[in-house]
Amino acid sequence: MASLRSFLQCNFDILRKTFVILFVNVRDALNQAMDEELERDERVFLLGEEVAQYDGAYKVSRGLWKKYGDKRIIDTPITEMGFAGIAVGAAFAGLRPICEFMTWNFSMQAIDQVINSAAKTYYMSAGFQTVPIVFRGPNGSSAGVAAQHSQCFAAWYGHCPGLKVVSPWNSEDARGLLKAAIRDDNPVVFLENEMMYGVPFELSEEMMHKDFVIPIGKAKVERQGTHITLVSHSRCVGFCLDAAAVLAKEGVECEVVNLRTIRPLDVDTIEASVMKTGNLVTVEGGWPQYGVGAEICARIMEGPAFNYLDAPAVRVTGVDIPMPYAKILEDHSVPQIKDIIFSVKKVLNM
Amino acid sequence: MQNMLTLISNVFRLGNASKNVGTRMVVSARSFADFTPQASFPIKKCDLHRLEEGPSDEALLTREQGLQYYRTMQTVRRMELKADQLYKQKIIRGFCHLYDGQEACAMGIEAGINPTDHLITAYRAHGYTFTRGVAVREILAELTGRRGGVAKGKGGSMHMYAKNFYGGNGIVGAQVPLGAGVALACQYQGNNQVCVTLYGDGAANQGQIFESFNMAALWKLPCIFICENNKFGMGTSVERSSASTDYYKRGDYIPGLKVDGMDVLCVREAIRFAADYCRAGKGPIVMELETYRYHGHSMSDPGVSYRTREEIQEVRTKNDPISMLKERMLSNNMSSVEELKEIDLEIRKVIEDAAQYAISDPEPSLDELCNHIYARDPPMEVRGTNPWVKLKSVS
Repeated sequence: MASLRSFLQCNFDILRKTFVILFVNVRDALNQAMDEELERDERVFLLGEEVAQYDGAYKVSRGLWKKYGDKRIIDTPITEMGFAGIAVGAAFAGLRPICEFMTWNFSMQAIDQVINSAAKTYYMSAGFQTVPIVFRGPNGSSAGVAAQHSQCFAAWYGHCPGLKVVSPWNSEDARGLLKAAIRDDNPVVFLENEMMYGVPFELSEEMMHKDFVIPIGKAKVERQGTHITLVSHSRCVGFCLDAAAVLAKEGVECEVVNLRTIRPLDVDTIEASVMKTGNLVTVEGGWPQYGVGAEICARIMEGPAFNYLDAPAVRVTGVDIPMPYAKILEDHSVPQIKDIIFSVKKVLNM
Repeated sequence: MQNMLTLISNVFRLGNASKNVGTRMVVSARSFADFTPQASFPIKKCDLHRLEEGPSDEALLTREQGLQYYRTMQTVRRMELKADQLYKQKIIRGFCHLYDGQEACAMGIEAGINPTDHLITAYRAHGYTFTRGVAVREILAELTGRRGGVAKGKGGSMHMYAKNFYGGNGIVGAQVPLGAGVALACQYQGNNQVCVTLYGDGAANQGQIFESFNMAALWKLPCIFICENNKFGMGTSVERSSASTDYYKRGDYIPGLKVDGMDVLCVREAIRFAADYCRAGKGPIVMELETYRYHGHSMSDPGVSYRTREEIQEVRTKNDPISMLKERMLSNNMSSVEELKEIDLEIRKVIEDAAQYAISDPEPSLDELCNHIYARDPPMEVRGTNPWVKLKSVS
């Protein structure tokens, strides 16, 4: 038994690649994407807290420091405003930094650098100064980390022109969008989700190709449907698919749209879906007021899809409170599958 | 030849001895061989922090350099005064932070670094925009918001950019981590370049500056942090804002120099010293340039509610950077009153032409409104003020 275990441990990497080649969890997808982009372009480098010798606070950058060393993988002190500004300055001067925030909550310390130094510079300079930077890290609620560590920033960053804001759901999204973000010459806010890091998804051979990129600004229809459109991003996409599976048993076919990108928003895909189904429910983890769902509903109102709505569009969101700690309270602060099902039935008047 | 020299020296003697003499002998067809080609000047010793040695206390100035520095500083001076005039005529609007008085800082720095080095500053940026290579007309046209402006009218006073010049930054202190990041890129690329990162006495207490000091020192970034101490952060004197006004020491573990920022030679020697230090891989260095701004904080600030007119006048008469250079050159026969006057006239013309351009150039086309949101992207649609207005954006 001991020898089997040591055999497995020694050959884990080979075994993983041989047997698990088709199933990659989100963490590994992100890791491989960064690894490949670091290899491809020597201007790319990663900086952030614990990204190097600790292998990443959430192990997303595991193995990268060992492979690329101190020059390309840089541990920073706990000084977000300083190191985010340093990352933006490095982007000004021709490098392609990946700046990790341990969680997006800490980005508030550095938000001036993200917005005023990164997002607006190409415009203010009338196209003279590009800022090819990726800011990435886990966003939104986790498990038991309470109010200061659970906020969703999709709406805040999605508000700002000059930024691209991306919110992957599964491993395919994580891999393709991170590669696209690193190759993009614009500042990209990359919102991961800690609860998704350990979730495995199937990746096709095409997706494993080192030039596999997913275009930023394009949503994906994850599930075809006819009765109602569910639009979501990040972890909630999974909940929508689960809700759709339950509703299918009752004869309701939901079309599930995975936004993938918060900004620029793929309104065309959403509109096409709503014009097909006639009903819309948006689902997100963030707070309702001035949120992603609010924007989608406003756009539907203002566009051609409005005339196809059989009922008002509604939003399923996180509860409008700071995130509590106790498990029972936390569970009731975020949208659950039953909330999605309930809302769908209300909209469809079932 | 002997008579010629006697004649010339008589002119000088007479001219200097009695300012009330009505007649002046004008000597025409001066030979430039008559000028001193170079001279050495003693300069104020720098206060040192954590340094055994500092910059030289003597500076060599060639005639060419002297004329170049004079021309550049005078151009910046005249340009800023023209901007003042245009602002009062309401042709320039919004923020306008003028640099007159501080010219020796921008000129001294540029004289001591290479064009391939990098520089970033805050919002009092017109002087640096010029020394980093942008033409006066493009600066003035940016202030007047025209399409011929260096940022096509989209940036304004605080957002002008050029090669190896990263603005022009509106948020106090934010440029300092940016500058440290540029220095990181220099180190990463191994190109032996440095980044000069400027901030004011008002910004010197910003937390992000200390964060930058820490990382720059930790990683030995080739970053020259420079505090342009003009004694006032807007209306707040340094005594009222800072528990320690020894800005050259605020880097703590980072060596520092305190430099006479009104003396272009002092600044030049100091920056050469600092650049050598950084290029040798020793890490960052902090410099404090003691300087003075004649205008208020911005055009909205008359600048006399927190300091006296007497103080301003005293600096003008005793400590003006351009006068100081002129005095040095004249008293060492490195130039003549006439030659410098000629340069003044040339500069006046450049400024007038630039102002004319800045007034007459058309404003940006409305088609430009939504451009430059994203770089190297296909054209996209941008929402206008209402749902029916769909605007086009190209990179």
